[in-house]
Amino acid sequence: MTFSATLEETGSDARIFLKGELDASSAPQFKDAVEQAAAKSPKRLILFMNELDFMASAGLRILIFAKQKMGQGVGIYVIGCKGPVLNTLEMSGFHRSVYVQDTYSE
Amino acid sequence: MDTRIDFYPTHNHEGFKLRHGKPFPFGATLVPRGVNFSIFSKHATSCTLVLFKKHANEPMVEIPFPNSFRIGNVWCMVVFDLDCEDIEYGYRMDGPFEPNVGHRFDKSKILLDPYAKAIGGRDVWGTKPDWDNIFQHRGRLVFEDFDWEDDCPLEIPMEDLVIYEMHVRSFTAHPSSGVKHPGTFAAITEKIPYLKELGVNCVELMPVYEFDEFENSKPNPVTGEMLYNYWGYSTVGFFAPKTGFAATGRFGMQVDELKSLIKELHENGIEVILDVVFNHTAEGNELGPTISFRGIDNQTYYMLTPEGYYMNFSGCGNTLNCNNPIMRNMVLDCLRYWASEYHIDGFRFDLAAILGRDPWGVPLPSPPLLETLAFDPVLGKCKLIAEAWDAGGLYQVGSFPAYGRWAEWNGKYRDDLRKMLKGDMGMLGAVAQRLQGSPDMYEYSGRGPSASINFITCHDGFTLYDSFSYDDKHNEANGEDNRDGGNDNHSWNCGWEGTTDNPDIIALRKQLVKTALAVLMLSRGVPMILMGDEIGRTKNGNNNTYCQDNELNWLDWSLLETNDDLFRFSKNIIAFRNAHPVLRYHEHFHNADLVGSGCVDISWHGTQAWKADWSGTSRAIAFMLCGKHAKGGTVNDDRIYVAINTYWDALDFELPTPPKGAKWHVAVNTSMPSPEDIYEFGMEPELGNQSNVLVGSRSIVVLVGK
Repeated sequence: MTFSATLEETGSDARIFLKGELDASSAPQFKDAVEQAAAKSPKRLILFMNELDFMASAGLRILIFAKQKMGQGVGIYVIGCKGPVLNTLEMSGFHRSVYVQDTYSE
Repeated sequence: MDTRIDFYPTHNHEGFKLRHGKPFPFGATLVPRGVNFSIFSKHATSCTLVLFKKHANEPMVEIPFPNSFRIGNVWCMVVFDLDCEDIEYGYRMDGPFEPNVGHRFDKSKILLDPYAKAIGGRDVWGTKPDWDNIFQHRGRLVFEDFDWEDDCPLEIPMEDLVIYEMHVRSFTAHPSSGVKHPGTFAAITEKIPYLKELGVNCVELMPVYEFDEFENSKPNPVTGEMLYNYWGYSTVGFFAPKTGFAATGRFGMQVDELKSLIKELHENGIEVILDVVFNHTAEGNELGPTISFRGIDNQTYYMLTPEGYYMNFSGCGNTLNCNNPIMRNMVLDCLRYWASEYHIDGFRFDLAAILGRDPWGVPLPSPPLLETLAFDPVLGKCKLIAEAWDAGGLYQVGSFPAYGRWAEWNGKYRDDLRKMLKGDMGMLGAVAQRLQGSPDMYEYSGRGPSASINFITCHDGFTLYDSFSYDDKHNEANGEDNRDGGNDNHSWNCGWEGTTDNPDIIALRKQLVKTALAVLMLSRGVPMILMGDEIGRTKNGNNNTYCQDNELNWLDWSLLETNDDLFRFSKNIIAFRNAHPVLRYHEHFHNADLVGSGCVDISWHGTQAWKADWSGTSRAIAFMLCGKHAKGGTVNDDRIYVAINTYWDALDFELPTPPKGAKWHVAVNTSMPSPEDIYEFGMEPELGNQSNVLVGSRSIVVLVGK
């Protein structure tokens, strides 16, 4: 399935909607979206993963990049991630560095 | 960085863009738009970089290093535009095959980089390898972007440590562990609350460097069950975590998973010490596989006989040439890497006496490697702990070259305590030294009691419960007719060899376990307990379970219920140590009153107060610590009186008078059933008769004067 990362800015939130499979070939697209989001200095970065089917280590690298790029004051929310993606976050321990939630409301 | 104009390809090989690399650092390092590959070989005549797509059987490309890319004995090259997530790499080295002078080059072999920071090929524990694959242990690239936030090593003072020696897979592989990913780094994270409840503040992980569980694997000739290189004391790659220990190993995220574990342990106040095995490698002797060192520069990396055979001080086929400067630097690079990239708090060196031998095997009076590690700036706050003996007969407990830094596994502590606990006569003099941090071994050379890692059990040998359940080892399951494993166990079966339903025997075994743990926690020095001893773990009398991937090694968490009294005792005796600073200090006792408290720091007693019976037939000893001497007199603590009776009958101990205005309170009495065997801090009941205490057979009583 083709990957897409769509950035939406709402007030002080930056929202990225992820779809498809996030692997080494699609990771740069996600990275671009994170960089664009960071340029606007949002207070929160919300990553919607409801429609993300798979995340390889390259995807995890971008999450780590996002955490460090955004800086300490910016909360990163991972919303609605499913079985295998959630599993990857938990096994690698990254779920402790971000807010993992089923849904997001302002 | 991507747009630097001074860093562009100058060469081309089959479409791969190349440039002259940097000799340092060795290994594969990510650089702007490319990867810098650098490898040492003194005797190779040519070197080829072999690149694979991940998991591929055949190489994607083989790039010979142009001779102009060699500087001295280092081949270095940058390859541009590689997909770092999807690459595995190795080398071919050409050179002479002349075993009689130590050279074993074979360019048909693809070799693992000794500096590889992640290694594929054994991605999921226990998955049978494809032995036809030409590249078994495959170097991978790692990103060093882990989000440590504000984490750093904890730097807990040595004397305040309580070490828990554990095996990553064994800790949670048993179905009773109830974790999501049994046997992995991630699973340990789930069990941190247990470690905190127990009260330990340091875990010492048995080998977590990449090893091959299939090395010398074979079916047990009797049962047919597979026997593995399970413990992992046989390293394939010194810079890479064991991929099969990571739940994410199949996704190549083992580095992140281990770092996450370390970060989480640190957040919970628990340090991480790695058990490192720099004495030999997985390549064995001349009959073993060629994985890495043998094919890169055999003569440099291994200790060889004049005829070119492998010296075997490790008992494992070969011996790394640790005081050759090349190998010495590799050890240093490796430890610096783990300290800086993984925030490791300390290292325990397996068979460390080997690290003090020269390239011909002769023990050095001033071994450069040990000195280098002791004075290294990056390792400046790391704990350095030696297993101060080797399989070649060098036994340096008490005399290991310490340079003010090195601590040791105190094998004499283990032996003397075990002999005393099973009731041997003539042990009290030695045991008194052990209880004080072994000043007889360390004080003369200016080493404090923290040089002594006190332990009664470790991964080698019986568990604590088995020490009181077996007279002899029962290693038949290892498939070597019970010949393997040590015979000097100093154990006692309490009247029945092995498992029994007899409640009296079970009660006695538990009592002895509690007594042993209490003595350990009351001793000056650094206590170390073996995983599971706190809940009466058994290995069915096997004292050498190095090859068992089953219940013999896996911790059975149901013991937490079966032996809930042991667990209660264990956590409370650790809490007792933590609550009483007088037990923990980096200086030896003075046997004098240097702070003017009116009482010496430590005094010795017996069944009569102030009259210790040191005679050869005595099995009763008591000592008293004056709380005003805690931490050199800088902290005030209670007075502590400890009476040990290893005789087979109860003995009445006359008590020294408690300090003015204070009364003796009972903290521990291991002859009593739970919960009267130990009282929580602050809940100790006052002793009825303040002048005498009855100490049951084979037990210990601890009183607090307050």
